[in-house]
Amino acid sequence: MNKIVALLCGTIFGIGLVISEMINPLKVLGFLNIFRDWDPSLAFVMIGALIVSTPIFHFFKNKNKPLFSSIFSIPINKEIDKKLIIGAVFFGSGWGLIGLCPGPAITSIALLNTSSVIFVVFMFIGFYLGSKVN
Amino acid sequence: MNIVNFTPVSALIGGLLIGLSVALFFILNGRMIGISGIASNFLVSKNNRVDNFLFLVGLILGPLIYSYITGKEINISISSSLNLLIIGGALVGFGTRLSSGCTSGHGISGISRFSLRSIIATITFMVVGILTVLITGIL
Repeated sequence: MNKIVALLCGTIFGIGLVISEMINPLKVLGFLNIFRDWDPSLAFVMIGALIVSTPIFHFFKNKNKPLFSSIFSIPINKEIDKKLIIGAVFFGSGWGLIGLCPGPAITSIALLNTSSVIFVVFMFIGFYLGSKVN
Repeated sequence: MNIVNFTPVSALIGGLLIGLSVALFFILNGRMIGISGIASNFLVSKNNRVDNFLFLVGLILGPLIYSYITGKEINISISSSLNLLIIGGALVGFGTRLSSGCTSGHGISGISRFSLRSIIATITFMVVGILTVLITGIL
């Protein structure tokens, strides 16, 4: 059952990225362009997501277990360290250069856009190298 | 500063769907969604590999199902050079692994949990993203 959930949740997430236009790098770069022609739309993606996920998380986290799995796995790392900050700086600079972050990048494979496929290939190389370091 | 291309309604609807996906994955499978985590764990870890793979397949099915239902074509615009795509992709992949999260893992799942770590990561990558766009706009 949790396999079907994974497929379904991925699909809902992907459709959300399409409807919000988060999948379009031009839209993302417009959102980050606050000092000139600013398109604030994508702030509403975060607001929309958080107003659903926040209450659900806090309501269910103290329940015994999820429906189709034996435990809730919640990250326990609370350390604010160099890796967190340096990683976020690298990520932010790559995001600002192209306008793609991991979810939209992978989702855009469906559109068979050559540029986004090249981005995804090198993103996965980055994942691999980053996993070795982390 | 001028406000341009503002589409708050579609952004909000898309955001609600993303929140629904995060909520369902937590209630049903007990996991917090972070796309960079799911994708890199699929690559390097045997744990939950099939689930992670199916989630990624779902992401790619998303636009196809959307186009099938609505009959609308999805257009995206990327004008970056090959070199920038390579550098940008590698920075995003490496950076999100080093900081253990991206826009979804820190920006949505982490902030939902009120994780200070995720709030700091989100502010950092947002500010750096804004500065990067500012600098590349000047160059």
